[in-house]
Amino acid sequence: MSACAKEPSRSAVSAYTKRAWIVLWKDFLIERRAKEHANALLFFCLLLLFLFQFALGPDRERLAAAVPGLLWLGFILAGLLGLGRSFLGERENDCWEGLRLTPGDKSAIYLGKLAGNCVLMTAVEIILVVLFGVFYGVDLWTPAAPLALVLGLGTVGLAAVGTLFAAMTTQVRARELLFPVLLLPVQVPVLLATVSATQALLLGQPLADVAHWLKLLAGADLVYVTIGILTFEFVLEG
Amino acid sequence: MTRALGWLTVVGLAAGLAAGFGYAPREAVQGNVQRIMYLHVPAVLTAYLAFVLVLLGSIAYLATRRPGWDRLAAAAGEIGVLFTGLTIVSGSIWGKPTWGTWWTWDARLTSTAVLFCVYVGYLLLRSLIEDPEARARYAAVVGILGAVNIPIVHFSVKWWRALHQPSTILGPERSPIDPAIGLALFVNWVAFTLLFAYFLSRRMEIARLEEQT
Repeated sequence: MSACAKEPSRSAVSAYTKRAWIVLWKDFLIERRAKEHANALLFFCLLLLFLFQFALGPDRERLAAAVPGLLWLGFILAGLLGLGRSFLGERENDCWEGLRLTPGDKSAIYLGKLAGNCVLMTAVEIILVVLFGVFYGVDLWTPAAPLALVLGLGTVGLAAVGTLFAAMTTQVRARELLFPVLLLPVQVPVLLATVSATQALLLGQPLADVAHWLKLLAGADLVYVTIGILTFEFVLEG
Repeated sequence: MTRALGWLTVVGLAAGLAAGFGYAPREAVQGNVQRIMYLHVPAVLTAYLAFVLVLLGSIAYLATRRPGWDRLAAAAGEIGVLFTGLTIVSGSIWGKPTWGTWWTWDARLTSTAVLFCVYVGYLLLRSLIEDPEARARYAAVVGILGAVNIPIVHFSVKWWRALHQPSTILGPERSPIDPAIGLALFVNWVAFTLLFAYFLSRRMEIARLEEQT
């Protein structure tokens, strides 16, 4: 009896996961074939590095002190471009209608898109961290593991709200302007937490010293993803 | 009904002015400038009330799809931004003589400023979508996220400042409040809540008429 009751729920979960996976895989295939985002975004990261360098001057000390803030400024700027485009392709060829007509829970589409955006942001972050390490002479390797945790938690928070707002603003005129205007104030906690935690880690403090920031980030991630899952179907109605 | 509420508000605000300038004593340390509190504190309380209504209206709209809830959220959002702006401006005017600066990145100032930006974004989103049904849906999502985000913003900003300096620089004296000051504050708070209710009912009425045309 219990086995019978369990069976449908398990298959429902696997169907849900599969739908999310299909969305992720579809976006990955499009990206691999068209190479629309990634190349330009990576080049953009390099340009950001130049920009920071020119804005702050060649003084290494000053650059090193500003690294946690600059790093996250870079992620956010690249994120605004990358995340903002995540639903743009769906506007063509009635793809949006296709997504809407997909049977089952629409939040699977949200999670698929979110996963894709997390992968994209992670790629951008790895590139930026490596570039920062090389060009600014900052030791990012010693605290690599705790830093990765902070980056991961921050990325989920940024991408969770970013994905939701990207879906929303795709349908709105003045999309490029509205997306950052909506996203940036909501992301203030994520930015404060990640920059503070990154700063502490780069100063050689142990992970326990930033535990409160990690908890805040984890809590924020949970809240943002939950709201995204619950409200995405209303956004998708177009 | 609305008209009666309007007159009640006028009486309340007059009583609030009288209480703030006449009844309440002159504050010992700060002098008369402290009286700006009778505007500042009721304004921020009203703003929070407004954002709670945005949240409730947004949830209720998504659940029922009745445009009345969207009108409530929209009206409350507009008034909330107004009162948050009033809070920031009055706080700034209060801060200049007491702390010697118009603005400091103190925890409470920063979180109020963030709140202001979130809801300005909410209004901006509303202004950019023509289709009333889509506007209501998108705005509701932002309204919910913005309200749920308030505690997260609060803690992050508090810890952010705690990292740099203790929050002693602000913290207007925590000593027990003179009952007269407390009463004047209460009268003004009631008056501001009435004013909010009046604005809200007027604004919702205007929105309803706009939708009819």
